[in-house]
Amino acid sequence: MSDVHVVEPILVMKNVSKSFGAVVALADGSIELYPGEAHALLGENGAGKSTLVKIIAGVYQADGGVYTYDGKARNFRGPHDSQEAGIAVIYQEPTLFDDLNVAENIYLGRQPLTIGRTINRREMRRQARVIFEQLGVDIDPNRKAKGLSVADQQMVEIAKALSKDARVVVMDEPTAALSPEEVKRLFTVVANLRERGVAILFISHRLEEVFEICQRVTIMRDGAFVRTDLIGDLTIDQIVRSMVGRELGLLFPKTDIAEGNEVLRVERLTREGTFYDISFSVHAGEIVGLSGLVGSGRTEVARAIFGVDKYDVGAVYINGEKLKGGSPLRAMHAGIGFVPEDRRQQGLVMDYGIDHNVALASLRKLSRGLFLFRWAEDKLAADWAVRLHLKYGRLSDEANTLSGGNQQKVVLAKWLAGQPKLIIVDEPTRGIDVGTKSEVHRIIDELAQSGVAVLMISSELPEVLGMADRVLVMREGRLAATINRSDATQESVMMAATGQV
Amino acid sequence: MPLVGNNTSTTSPDETLLSAEKQHWSFSGRSLFRWESALVLFFVFDLVYGGTSSPDFFSRNTIFFAGINFGLIAIMALPEMLIITTGEIDLSVAAMLGLACSSFGYLFEHHVEVFLAMFLTLCVGAVGGALNGFLVTQLGLPSIAVTIGTLTMFRGLAEVILGTNEVSGFGGPWTDAGTNAIPGTPFAWAFGIFVVLALIYGAVLHFTSTGRSIFAIGLQEEAAFFSGIRVKRIKFNLYLISGIVCAFVGLLYTYETNTARYDAGTGLELNVVAIVLFGGISIFGGRGTMLGVFLSVIVVGIFDQILSNNNVSSQEQSIVFGVLLLASVILPNAGRGYRAVRKRIGSKWPRSQSLNENAAAISDL
Repeated sequence: MSDVHVVEPILVMKNVSKSFGAVVALADGSIELYPGEAHALLGENGAGKSTLVKIIAGVYQADGGVYTYDGKARNFRGPHDSQEAGIAVIYQEPTLFDDLNVAENIYLGRQPLTIGRTINRREMRRQARVIFEQLGVDIDPNRKAKGLSVADQQMVEIAKALSKDARVVVMDEPTAALSPEEVKRLFTVVANLRERGVAILFISHRLEEVFEICQRVTIMRDGAFVRTDLIGDLTIDQIVRSMVGRELGLLFPKTDIAEGNEVLRVERLTREGTFYDISFSVHAGEIVGLSGLVGSGRTEVARAIFGVDKYDVGAVYINGEKLKGGSPLRAMHAGIGFVPEDRRQQGLVMDYGIDHNVALASLRKLSRGLFLFRWAEDKLAADWAVRLHLKYGRLSDEANTLSGGNQQKVVLAKWLAGQPKLIIVDEPTRGIDVGTKSEVHRIIDELAQSGVAVLMISSELPEVLGMADRVLVMREGRLAATINRSDATQESVMMAATGQV
Repeated sequence: MPLVGNNTSTTSPDETLLSAEKQHWSFSGRSLFRWESALVLFFVFDLVYGGTSSPDFFSRNTIFFAGINFGLIAIMALPEMLIITTGEIDLSVAAMLGLACSSFGYLFEHHVEVFLAMFLTLCVGAVGGALNGFLVTQLGLPSIAVTIGTLTMFRGLAEVILGTNEVSGFGGPWTDAGTNAIPGTPFAWAFGIFVVLALIYGAVLHFTSTGRSIFAIGLQEEAAFFSGIRVKRIKFNLYLISGIVCAFVGLLYTYETNTARYDAGTGLELNVVAIVLFGGISIFGGRGTMLGVFLSVIVVGIFDQILSNNNVSSQEQSIVFGVLLLASVILPNAGRGYRAVRKRIGSKWPRSQSLNENAAAISDL
């Protein structure tokens, strides 16, 4: 370890910033990567990690600050530029071309050629095989990318990076969808890459993994750099406190209350190819967490309940009455509210006023006879703005002028205005700064207290564990486990989600 | 403005952001540039230009002929306005006018009772509009392709029905309505009908839940759908109504000219779209006002009349429409683009003390 710091850093970011309109995604991104190190980048969702990574990759261009790579100041115009320069980013879910074979995916756009300028397939396969051997993984370069496991797809991406002589490899939550054996293999590969002098930027929510493979760690919070340390100098406690900026307990203001009548009952709900045989119920005043890995079918179940998608078999009951599917409006009238995962596309009409957005699901109710007047919308919006402590300029301002957390409050207000019996929240605090996050949690808790049934989908385990009375865990489209609050731990939920029960 | 920036000791990014935002609004102002005000200026320009170019400009005749020449386009602009506000388009409006003309002429020729013939013609409009609506909402095809297709199809059908015949001699009280002014006013009936419909359309767009839904669909269709708005039904209905209104305009056209021909109103769809866009309705959907479209009708209608009075050829007039179409896509967006740039400059993150501390922390490593 001691010799690592003698060499020059390969990549340096200093005070890099990036905003989107009024929303500041990154205020102060600072990091140094040295050849041969595995460097962890930690922070809560919304801390600015992915923005930082996208600037590194050239997907975004920094508004300010310094970005040097290989000793030169850089401002990559696009991912192509950064790849040329030797930076590879492995995303959580790689995007390979399904119908091309593995070797073709690796050498896409720069295939080795024969003398006659045609693609030299044999050479391409040979080179691919060599790389896989170096990595110590066994993937047939000849097979189609379609049907490869996520782990193998990542390996193909890593092979692609190596074939381009990448000197920096960024891994954005690579282990989120992997089984323990696959994680082990990935770590061997990471060690392998380090030996070759590659710098690895490793993003993960699993701290034990960070301790296992990383040498240094950089922590971010609220879009800003907090600290960089040698991993051995920190305890898990210190890391968490740096990430969260406060004691974790305060984040989840969960009140225990007695559960009421059954509000939602889902029976054997099945949608071919997405989820199968899902049965569960949610009671008044209860918060049920729906957990599982990304892609396990959680959001799809919620969409089917709300009528966005159709389902093939099964039934949904609200207060004992069967809900005919396939129409959000019907679901709404039955008393369901749905705060969707994608706030910017599905939750809000971003370019519409705050007042219009709050009123959007209550238009009929706000109408006087045939007519709907703006003052009615304003009154409703003003009422909810006060109740939810919304921070805004004017109610007529467009929703895109708000910060992420306040946008989410607008989405919540839109549904709460309709006094739902059941509210489904899908990733309610994704991309929200920590301060507002606990406010959103408080709102959800208050809702449950007032007798609303809450179904909460979340990828953040602490959120699920902190908020939910019961945790349903999905795996590969099926309900893998139901865990009560008292038995729910990071381990028990992760085990169920990855099939290690 | 409550709840903002009252906590100065701990400036979370959230609060800093909002106070920056607040400042920005206060100096750039929201109504810096309203398209409607520009249209009023255009109107003044019309009057000055008209008055100086012809001594007879300020007369009943100008108003009447402007109304009769432009009223039909203006009426078709109303359903078009709603459709464009949802982010779609209907290019088959003028072809539907032609098909309605043909159908009515054919029925009249075959001695179908006039009221029944009118009713059946409106039904043809409804079927045509429903076809557009079905293709766009149920099959999810892009409306520009669908309505170019039905444009050709409606016009073709019109020719099949009537051939190159001209039917005329409609007679009856309706002819007067087509060619005379509303008694006691200088306004053509077509213009009068436009004004009444514009009031209704304006009310629907700005003062009903349907209007709110239309804007929401145009701005962010998916979010509208997730809020329980029946996106498909609304779009379908708009196309349906567009078909009926255009068939109605076909009837008006027939009585105005006292002839029914298959090529009635050929090419008018572009004028209709131009009027709507010049009225400040965004081609991308979700923005615009009835007032803007109303002013646009007045401004362009009068301008068109001035050009006719001055014997400007129709080819040259079409150049004017072309320029109008381009200007109306560029100008309102230019205003918004300017605001967006101001916003970007205004919201640069202020450098805080902690940044320097962090820099120090890094160099310590």
